[in-house]
Amino acid sequence: MREITFGAAVNEAMAEEMRLDESIIILGEDVAEAGTPFKVLSGLVEEFGTERVIDTPISEPGFTGIAVGAAMTGLRPIVDLMFGDFLFLIMDQLCNQAAKTHYMSGGKLSVPMVLRTNMGATRRSAAQHSQSLQALVAHIPGLKVAMPSSAYEAKGLMKTAIRDNNPVVIFEDKLMYNDKAEVPEEEYLINFGEANILRPGTDITLIATSSMVQQAEMAANTLADQNISAEVIDPRTISPLDETTLINSVKKTSHAIVIDEGHQNYGITAEIAARISEKAFYYLDAPVQRLGAMDVPVPFSPVLEDLTVPTAQQIHERVVMVLEGKI
Amino acid sequence: MSNNKDNKNSYLQMFRQMVRIRAFEEQANQLYLSAKMPGLTHMYVGQEAVAVGICEALTPNDKITSTHRGHGHCVAKGADFKQMFCELLGKQEGYCRGKGGSMHIADQANGNLGANAIVGGSAGIATGAALTAKRMGKKEVSVCFFGDGALGQGLLYETMNMAALWKLPVIYACENNLYGEYTKVEEMAAGDLMARAKGFGIESFEVDGQDVLAVNNLTQELVERARKGDGPFFILLNTYRYHGHHVGDINREYYRSKEEEQLWREERDPITNFSQLLVDKKISTSEELKSIELQIEKDAEEAVNYALNAAWPDASEVNMHVFASN
Repeated sequence: MREITFGAAVNEAMAEEMRLDESIIILGEDVAEAGTPFKVLSGLVEEFGTERVIDTPISEPGFTGIAVGAAMTGLRPIVDLMFGDFLFLIMDQLCNQAAKTHYMSGGKLSVPMVLRTNMGATRRSAAQHSQSLQALVAHIPGLKVAMPSSAYEAKGLMKTAIRDNNPVVIFEDKLMYNDKAEVPEEEYLINFGEANILRPGTDITLIATSSMVQQAEMAANTLADQNISAEVIDPRTISPLDETTLINSVKKTSHAIVIDEGHQNYGITAEIAARISEKAFYYLDAPVQRLGAMDVPVPFSPVLEDLTVPTAQQIHERVVMVLEGKI
Repeated sequence: MSNNKDNKNSYLQMFRQMVRIRAFEEQANQLYLSAKMPGLTHMYVGQEAVAVGICEALTPNDKITSTHRGHGHCVAKGADFKQMFCELLGKQEGYCRGKGGSMHIADQANGNLGANAIVGGSAGIATGAALTAKRMGKKEVSVCFFGDGALGQGLLYETMNMAALWKLPVIYACENNLYGEYTKVEEMAAGDLMARAKGFGIESFEVDGQDVLAVNNLTQELVERARKGDGPFFILLNTYRYHGHHVGDINREYYRSKEEEQLWREERDPITNFSQLLVDKKISTSEELKSIELQIEKDAEEAVNYALNAAWPDASEVNMHVFASN
């Protein structure tokens, strides 16, 4: 099968959907000729024109709000938020307006929009361009949240997001844009709320999102050398969350570690660990463990920054501690 | 709607709509005072000519976004009393099945995209609706209603900038009722209110918001131009809210005097003054206007009684409509 980059997969998903549906537009900073700073949207303006690929001023709340109104009245906007850190700027439009409109109107109005943004540290971009803020939006009822972990997921989840009649936030790991993976030429979609078991195992369940999926797989490989069988699961969407697949896995392995690049305090790892404790407690042989980003602003200095993000080695070590009863 | 303003029907329609808003609000206030309404609400009384003058220049397909003080816009855009009172009381038959309440009433069938409890929060929505109209070639216009308080919100200026850059068919209607909550506008907005939109190259107009004909004439002209692609526009409508910020804001002498309130009520009332004009110009008679008022008051009372007796939402509604189905 052909291999394409994560960035190309996102681009392809958007282009395919835009060919099918005239109502889809893209709004954001430098999305047209520049194709975004990460060049993910290159070529789209040439095919679809500036009427549909719209460069906006640097006004994140403004263009997000305009997308909400456009979505309520018949368009299907894809908002490009250049960095996930800018979510703090658009919280009212995303969480008070987009997320609540369908409910507050008793189902009369809907907001079919996609907000694609990114996450991920270790790019030496410091505290305001490195955060992984998925927990912030996953907390809000009315928003769906997808976290693709490879080019394959990026394409399938983006296409599903565009067709969804609700506001969907997609977090792309900005360090993954050049990573290649097998992506079929034929059309496919990935349903929301369906986790992917990347690697079956019997001793421990590693639940990892986005950037952490690769780390969990690397750990599973080195663990296999020690005859430890780790099951690696990627939830793919954290809202909705495929609880069944996660719980069934933990019931089987009786051990679990949850890994996500967002801060650990009140984060995705906390939520998933809590659900496991609520629904699989009596199957557990050890406390559920969490590995998230350190609860510090992301530091600039590389030697400091690298300490803040969970690594394959840390996952490996934690698995050994759990299985040896040292937790 | 009222292209021929000499047409008696369009004058009476504007009168009727203003009276409907006032009758609705008087009942809503009574519901609050008699503790029959959950929560609080914000009265539109005094500002009727703004909503009616503007909405009578729109078609049902034109969109509006409204504010926390939104009953007037909702009525003016064509909403029905019963469904509105049901919404205010949190009943199943309300416009939003009781899930929105006073501050979130939406009536999408008549082009009302909803009231908004975030001051200035709907500037993006109205501008986005105009983007849809332009992109789809629909010739529709959207009107963004907001108060002077929203002039403090950055979102408004961001969206005005984009509307001007992209020549969107949106009219920003600033209702200056002189107070943002409990604070005078001059204590919150520096400089010239009219200069703000002009800074973006948006044509701006100031009009007496107590004069329904002046508001309607101006809006008709701007709507027609916006449909042809001349938008966006900004209108500053000078008006006054008779009640406090909300129905519970009774003792308000610390921020405005009773004399000031009395002056507006007695000399600047949009309904009284328009009634006088209709009689003076022999378009109607005081008897005819009185009978319209009585009929509307009766309708409002009936609608309130209907809503008081209407069913609550079933408990199963609570987690319904969090997401739209695909």
